[in-house]
Amino acid sequence: MSDYRYDNQTVKGFIVSSIFWGVVGIVIGLWISVQMWMPSLNIPPFFTFGRLRVVHTNGLAFGLGIGAIFGIFYYIVMRLTKRPLLFPKLARFHLYLFNTAIVLAALSLLAGMNQSLEYAELEWPLDIGVVILWVIFAVNIFGTIIKRKEEQMYISLWYVIATVIAVAVLYIVNNLSIPAGLTKSYHLFAGVNSANVQWWYGHNAVGFIFTTPILAMFYYFLPKSTGLPIFSHRLSIIAFWSLVFAYLWTGAHHLVYTPLPDWIQTLAIAFTIFLIAPSWGSVVNGYYTVGSDWSKMQTNYLTKFFILGITFYGLQTVQGPTQGLRVVSQLIHYTDWVPGHVHMGTMGWVTLTAVASIYYIIPKIYNTEIYSERIANIHFWLVLIGQLIFSITMWITGIMQGALWKATTSDGSLKYTFMEIVAKNYPYWKMRTLGGVIFTVGMLFFIYNIYMTMRKGKLELAGAKA
Amino acid sequence: MAGDLYNKPILFAIVAAAVVLIGTAVTMFIPMLTAEMHPKLSNLKPYTALQLAGKDIYQREGCNNCHTQTVRPLKTEVMRYGEYSKAGEFAYDRPFLWGSKRTGPDLARIGGKYPDKWHEIHFDNPQSMFAESNMPAYGWLKNNTLDPASIERHMKANDFPYTSDDMAQLKDKTELDALIAYVQVIGTAVKKAPATAAQPAIKETHIPNPLAGDPVAIKQGAAMYKQHCVACHGDNGQGGIGPSLVDKMFLYVAGDMPDDDYFEIINNGTQPGMIEDGRTAKGGMPSYSNTLDKNKIWALVAYIRSLQAKK
Repeated sequence: MSDYRYDNQTVKGFIVSSIFWGVVGIVIGLWISVQMWMPSLNIPPFFTFGRLRVVHTNGLAFGLGIGAIFGIFYYIVMRLTKRPLLFPKLARFHLYLFNTAIVLAALSLLAGMNQSLEYAELEWPLDIGVVILWVIFAVNIFGTIIKRKEEQMYISLWYVIATVIAVAVLYIVNNLSIPAGLTKSYHLFAGVNSANVQWWYGHNAVGFIFTTPILAMFYYFLPKSTGLPIFSHRLSIIAFWSLVFAYLWTGAHHLVYTPLPDWIQTLAIAFTIFLIAPSWGSVVNGYYTVGSDWSKMQTNYLTKFFILGITFYGLQTVQGPTQGLRVVSQLIHYTDWVPGHVHMGTMGWVTLTAVASIYYIIPKIYNTEIYSERIANIHFWLVLIGQLIFSITMWITGIMQGALWKATTSDGSLKYTFMEIVAKNYPYWKMRTLGGVIFTVGMLFFIYNIYMTMRKGKLELAGAKA
Repeated sequence: MAGDLYNKPILFAIVAAAVVLIGTAVTMFIPMLTAEMHPKLSNLKPYTALQLAGKDIYQREGCNNCHTQTVRPLKTEVMRYGEYSKAGEFAYDRPFLWGSKRTGPDLARIGGKYPDKWHEIHFDNPQSMFAESNMPAYGWLKNNTLDPASIERHMKANDFPYTSDDMAQLKDKTELDALIAYVQVIGTAVKKAPATAAQPAIKETHIPNPLAGDPVAIKQGAAMYKQHCVACHGDNGQGGIGPSLVDKMFLYVAGDMPDDDYFEIINNGTQPGMIEDGRTAKGGMPSYSNTLDKNKIWALVAYIRSLQAKK
């Protein structure tokens, strides 16, 4: 066990860092949600909606998301290869470099250095930094897997490998740009082509940051925490390969009804519908795994996090493909429906699964039990309620916006001006903030619980030594 | 055999990479090599130095987080914003700025829709024009001057043509000037279709306002005036960004015009050089043909007449 101590500290470092960036990202999220209905909260030049929104998305995708993925992947890989990391010092350096990069990323985005590519906003010098970070990560992950002491690679490792490869390809290609000074660049691709490259990236960033890594966690921690084996190995094989194959075809469903050639849009829509199958492969696998003993929902406090998490994944992967259809897209695209959709995935599926993984890891590292299952349960219900209020409110607003944008009077002229429709959103935008506040309070319970668990672990260790 | 794949991480990684690259090649990489992905309208011009500076500010301030720049080929969308977006309009945009959320309206056809002065006032205080707007104020941009050296670097990176005169002119401009210059050129490579057929230079017959003097219509017109007109023509029609409606001028020529000329101006809007019943427009006014139906426009004319009568 002592072989793992140094690496466990690195894992803990990533988890604590990701929680810290998560708090920053969530607080900014609350702030911009209030800016939507109270424009006086815009404080130029650094704290206007246009700049803060990218700090929110990048802070949570890269700070919370990638930070948690780094830490949890190191943990999973060590367990599944039955050995410590191949390069422990490199992993520690990786942690410091990661936090440095996130600080610089946040500051540069607040300063308005922005490539205007969604989820690839960072300017080129930071992009190089991100690539270096990723290579360091990949070297350690692959090195440790190659030198493993367990012959067979478990399902989670497939998703780990796919994540490492796909994110590298996506990130490098979409960030190719023509530098014009240290803080400004222009996309190597122009116009329609630029749009096609960006959404090939943008959609697959969701695929390989918010899907495959989270599935790696799900397939590892669900059996670990419940003691139930995965229902079907064969189903996981089929689901894995069809998922990583189909995902890359679907980016253009973000560009339905734009000037992008129709055939690319149609192909993307078709593959998007197909994607329901592999997504639900994992959903079914999750349900049937716990299905062998549903009493785990009561007896093991983490089971409900995983089951609700995979349920939101299932809902997300039906709602998403539906949105790709032209008839649905023309109503809800560009409306608040879309943030409603995104936040079901991030606040539901991703966060529930990641926090459950962290609830599992932290007591293991400290060789103790969770501080309070009761607080974990309160956390669960608050984030669930907060997220549902958020998403449902935004779906309603989105349909209303889409419908009013299209509304005409009996003589065929537009029934509402744009401004009249904006004004109708305010009650819903306020409701969204309320949902966000409830979610945030839930996350504070989580942070308290993790902090107290670590404290308890340290005290117990000190007690054992004395 | 296939089971071996799960014991061989390097082979597994290679197979996974290949699987990921198939869809990438078909939908992204191969199309990039065809002319289909690089269209350019014949009258599309590279950005000038001032416009590019404005576009850089548009990106820096993250305007694309709330504004799209692509009109979908849907009936009501074309009515609201104008001609649907064409693939060839964006050849100089690195990257494209179509956006993904419309918290504010689409801007694909904003160029030339309003006069510069309108944008200046609107950027400075959006709520002064639209009380319920949630747009942040950007008046502070006028306190920032431009940096010609960095703009020159940006022009070079884009390979856009410029002269030393173009650069010299930047010195007296603010960031707000640049942003407005950019906004005014967005979507202008596509010609605007007139809302109705061109009118003969001087009309021989006129249609009277069917709602003239109708008190209900005047009341309705007052509400619409407040919503659509007050920002440019003032509370009592005294003018501001746009000309006065209560003096004895119409399109800069002395002497009033009949009701149906008012109707046509509101319906079609104006563009510099457009001729209405023998008089020439100088400024730009948006068209309200898709926002206000016939009766509403006549009601508005009735209200404007009531303002003139008060004077």
